[in-house]
Amino acid sequence: MSGQSPAVVSASKLGLTFQTNDGPVQALSNVDLTIGKGEFVSFIGPSGCGKTTLLRVIADLEKPTSGTISVNGISPEQAREKRAYGYVFQAAALFPWRTIERNVALPLEVIGLSQAEQAERIKRTLELVNLSGFEKKFPWQLSGGMQQRASIARALAFDADLLLMDEPFGALDEIVRDHLNEQLLDLWDRTNKTICFVTHSIPEAVYLSTRIVVMSPRPGRVTDIIESTLPRKRPLDIRETPEFLAIAARVRDGLRAGHSYDD
Amino acid sequence: MDPLRSKIIPVTSILAGVVVLWYVFAVILNAPFQRDLDQRANETPGTVEFIGKTLSQPKPTLPAPHQVAVNFFENTFLRSITSNRSLVYNAWVTLSSTLLGFAFGTALGIVIAVGIVHVTTLDRSLMPWIIASQTIPILAVAPMIIVVLAAVGITGLIPKALISTYLSFFPVAVGMVKGLRSPELMHLDLMHTYNASASQTFWKLRVPASVPFLFTSMKVAVAASLVGAIVGELPTGAVAGIGAKLLSGAYYSQTIDIWSALVAGSIVAALLVMVVGIAGRLADRAMGGRPA
Repeated sequence: MSGQSPAVVSASKLGLTFQTNDGPVQALSNVDLTIGKGEFVSFIGPSGCGKTTLLRVIADLEKPTSGTISVNGISPEQAREKRAYGYVFQAAALFPWRTIERNVALPLEVIGLSQAEQAERIKRTLELVNLSGFEKKFPWQLSGGMQQRASIARALAFDADLLLMDEPFGALDEIVRDHLNEQLLDLWDRTNKTICFVTHSIPEAVYLSTRIVVMSPRPGRVTDIIESTLPRKRPLDIRETPEFLAIAARVRDGLRAGHSYDD
Repeated sequence: MDPLRSKIIPVTSILAGVVVLWYVFAVILNAPFQRDLDQRANETPGTVEFIGKTLSQPKPTLPAPHQVAVNFFENTFLRSITSNRSLVYNAWVTLSSTLLGFAFGTALGIVIAVGIVHVTTLDRSLMPWIIASQTIPILAVAPMIIVVLAAVGITGLIPKALISTYLSFFPVAVGMVKGLRSPELMHLDLMHTYNASASQTFWKLRVPASVPFLFTSMKVAVAASLVGAIVGELPTGAVAGIGAKLLSGAYYSQTIDIWSALVAGSIVAALLVMVVGIAGRLADRAMGGRPA
C-alpha cells in the first residue's frame, strides 16, 4: 500500500523506554503499525500497556528510544510543526478564562489566522459538534459532555486530516458516552478524517473502529490487530448483532491472551 | 447566607469584645500614675471618680478608646487638610510613597518572576538571594538606603518608596513564580501540539493562569508597602507622614497622638487591601470566574 497512498502513520520496531527512579520502564516495545488514510483505529488494552504513550509518540509529545515512526511520511516532529493533527486529551482541558468560542479560537490565534477566517472556522466546527449557541459561555457553564465536545471542536478547528484522541470520553457517564460515540462516528463519516482513538472500553472500540489494535503491558506491545467487518454506517443497536458480539469476543480474547493474570 | 449574619455580626462582636478589654486595661495600666497623682494632691476619690480620672489623663500609658476616637476625629475632620497636624495630610504623605513603592515593587516582582520561570540560571542563582533579602531587618536597611541616596542627591519621595519596594517585591515575585508555573501539564502539552512559540505559551497560557496569584500576592505586597513607607519615615527625621507622627508622639509622650496615628495607618492599610481585593474580583469576573 505504500505505493499509491502513503500511510498516515507508519511505525516499525518502535520502542520507548522511560528512565525512572526505579530503573528503566519499557513503555513500548517492537510496535509495527501502519494506519491508512480515512481509517478509524482504536487502541485498547489495560493500563500500562502503552496505548496513550503510542498516541503521544505519534503527536511528538514523547520521543521514541528505538525504531522508526513517520506521520504523513515525515517525522512526528516535522508533522507537529506543520500542524498535521488535532489532539483531544482525557479531560477537556479548556482554558477556564476563555469563552467556548475563544477556546476554539486558541489554535487559530497560534497559527495566526485572520479574524474573519477565525470566525468562519469557529462557526463551522461548533456546528460540527452541535454546540452552536454556546459561543459566549464559559467552560464551567457547560456539562462535562459539552466541554469535551468543545475540546473536539478545538481539535478540529485546525482542519488537520488526523485526529488523535486519548480516552476522550473516559470520564463521562454511559448515556453521554453513547451519544458522543454516535456523533463522533457521524463526524468521521462526513469529514473523512483519520482517527486514532485510545480507549479501555471494548464496546466503544468495536462500535467506533475500522481496526482495533489490542495492546498488553510489561512491556507495552501490540498483541493483535482486528479488522472490523461492520459496515461504515452504524446505528447504536448494531451493538446487539451477532457480528458485533463476535468482534467484541475476539478483542476480549486478545486482551486475555496478552495479559498475564498472575499479578 | 446574608452578609449581616455571615460577616457583620461576628466581626462587630469581636470589635465590642476588644473595646471592653481595652477599657479594662486602660484602667489597670493608668491606675498607678493616677494613684500617685492623687496621693500628692492629697485626694481620696471614690472608685467611680477614680476610674473616670484614669480614662481622661492627658498623657496616659494606655489611652482609652474614646480619647483616641476624639483625637482621631479632631485631627481628621476638623483640621484643614493642608495643616501638618491633619491626619489626612500625614496619611496622604505616607500613602503617596506607599503607592509609588508598591508600583515599583509589583513591577520588579513580576520581572524577577518572569526571569526565574524562563531562565534556569536565574532560578538557581536568584531565588536564594531573594529569600535572604527578606531576612535582613528592614529597620537596619532603611537608614542606609536613605543616607546613601541622600549622598547622591536623591531625597524626598523616592528613598521612602524604595524601602516599600524592598518589602513588596518579594511576595509578588514568589506569588508570580508560582502563578506562571501553575498551568497544568495538559495545557502545556496542548500548546506544544499547536507548535506554539514560547512567547505565545507565555501570553496565552502562563500570564492568564497567573492572574489570581498576582492579586493574592499584591494584597500582601500593598500592606508590606505601607509598613515600608512608615518605617522609611522613622530614620529620616521626616516632618510629615504616619511614621513621623508616630515618632514625634513618642518623643513628646503624646500617647493619644501615637494611637490615633496608628488607627489612621490601619485604616489606610485596610483600604489599600480592600481596593486590591476589589480589583482582583473585577479581574476574576472579566476572566469568566464562577460567581462564588
